[in-house]
Amino acid sequence: MTSSIAQSGERATTRTAAPEPRTSTKGWKALPLPVRHLALAALALTAVLGLLLATSDMNALRVATVGYTMLAIAGLQLLVGGSGQVSLGHGAFMMIGAYTMALLILHQPMLPLAVNLLVVVGVSVVAGLAVGAATARLHGPYLAGATLVLAVGLPGLTHRYHEVLGGSNGLTIRTAGAPPFLEGIVSTTAWQALVVWTTVVLALALLATISSGRLGRRMRTIRDDETAAAMSGVPVGRTKVVAFVVSAAAGGLAGGLQVYVLGTATPSTFTLALSLTLLAALVLGGIGSLWGALWAAIAMVHLELWASDLARALDLSRDAENNLPIVFFGIVLFLVIRFWPLGVHGALQSLRTRLRPTKTRTSTP
Amino acid sequence: MTATVTDDLLKAEGVTVRFGGLTALDDVGLRVGPGSVVGLIGPNGAGKTTLFNVLSGVLRPTQGTITWKGAPPPGRRTHHMARAGIARTFQGLNLFPTMTVLDNVVAGADRLAVGGPFSLLTGFGRHHRDERELQGRALAALERFDITEYAHRLPGTLPYGVQKQVALARACVADPELLLLDEPAGGLSGKQLDRLADQIRDFRESMAVVLVEHHMDLVMRVCDHIVVLDFGRVISTGTPEEVQADPVVTQAYLGTSTGDPHDNERKGER
Repeated sequence: MTSSIAQSGERATTRTAAPEPRTSTKGWKALPLPVRHLALAALALTAVLGLLLATSDMNALRVATVGYTMLAIAGLQLLVGGSGQVSLGHGAFMMIGAYTMALLILHQPMLPLAVNLLVVVGVSVVAGLAVGAATARLHGPYLAGATLVLAVGLPGLTHRYHEVLGGSNGLTIRTAGAPPFLEGIVSTTAWQALVVWTTVVLALALLATISSGRLGRRMRTIRDDETAAAMSGVPVGRTKVVAFVVSAAAGGLAGGLQVYVLGTATPSTFTLALSLTLLAALVLGGIGSLWGALWAAIAMVHLELWASDLARALDLSRDAENNLPIVFFGIVLFLVIRFWPLGVHGALQSLRTRLRPTKTRTSTP
Repeated sequence: MTATVTDDLLKAEGVTVRFGGLTALDDVGLRVGPGSVVGLIGPNGAGKTTLFNVLSGVLRPTQGTITWKGAPPPGRRTHHMARAGIARTFQGLNLFPTMTVLDNVVAGADRLAVGGPFSLLTGFGRHHRDERELQGRALAALERFDITEYAHRLPGTLPYGVQKQVALARACVADPELLLLDEPAGGLSGKQLDRLADQIRDFRESMAVVLVEHHMDLVMRVCDHIVVLDFGRVISTGTPEEVQADPVVTQAYLGTSTGDPHDNERKGER
């Protein structure tokens, strides 16, 4: 993967005619990063609002699903693409967030949603800290193995603590719909989609700020060369743990939002397959950029739907219909990696480079 | 040991490193004064890079102490040494392959970075202003090492000589007080060597330099003081002239005058 990143970078940079250092401190670039990212977030939210108003209620659920899936993948992107730590246990953090949310709504129904979400983030941070600190010295396959244990083991807890976590039936909750004054204007699902996306774009703005700021650079130096990073003064261990914590927080928040939309949290949702799919989707979308998370989320949600539609259209048996999405996803992943090793985002970027050979810049994270 | 300085910047005493049964360094001492250039030479496998790793905190010695400015180093990890003002280049360069030349150099300035996570996320406080200052500092370093035109290229796409300059820029951008150079002349042409010698002489205006090098010509030209290692021991030390005249050094490099090929091996077993 690394070498292919380098290759595409080479292609992109050799086209750059006069590589003058960026010195523009006027206009858009003069704004501090957080402000810029918040402005982009507001723009994205407006786009989603437009999409929700223009389409059906059925579509709103999908929009919401894409939203929280994107957040989960973006968190994983920061960890895998940013700091180079491969985690197979991202679904476990989603599960922690989901169950925290469900338990909060069940036992503290008076708490407002925003507080719930903050608590979810807090719990996920603690979980991420514990896992990150325990695995900070592990590399590559060892880290993947350790996080794999998490993904495999955590769903089992619901059976162990059946009374609290509801066993394989999971927890079912009722979430509040649109506020009274909006009743009739916005459907419950559309309102939920809007809430999800508001949270998601805010969280993404934070993730973008982190990954384009100093913390993100430190993570990239560690991904590229740990010894050289340490020798430049980067605290390697701490930065790795921070990457884990941020990614866990994003995953947990995504899980919490999922419960808010679907109304249930079941162990079968958060199996190892989820963690693996998140990682595969990230590779498909493009591992080097937050944009990759968007394509990944769209692919994860819609490929499955298209595959089900296809199975129904072909009038396949139930077994075939259930397995077709997995096969379909696998084939698409295969093709994308074969033809666009940098994922969908990488393909789009090289397309842009080809269209505008003079204006390219390669170091946008 | 050194005649010129009284206040040592870096001092290593009795440093011993054992990897299992192998003694890579045996009771090695080294002193680096401010503004001096110390050369570390010796045949292959003498323990030069191991000593370097000890000095830069990458490796913890089995025995012995490192003193930085008369006190123990501020921490045991590599980044503590870096933050205290010790920079280093690597034999294999170890540039960050997926980051542009500019980002490589900005990353090298990390030890000067101020502004915490709160400032990063909110935009208040120092973080973002400081990032701009680091960028400016990195650009100045690119200028100084004459690699500005490659600012947005990836290191892997550049000629080796340019990559070496990037590595030097990354090490020097944060104004270290001590610069450790691991084989800076390796793979360079004659003209590039002359330039490197000039650069090292420039460095001593603002920092001390320790140099591991096989290229004797360069070592003799730029070093004030030379330490010769063989089989993990210091076998000779002094000015370039003294070391050149020392028969033990010739023997270590060219074999024994008695022609006994096992002599060196026995020495290693001790």
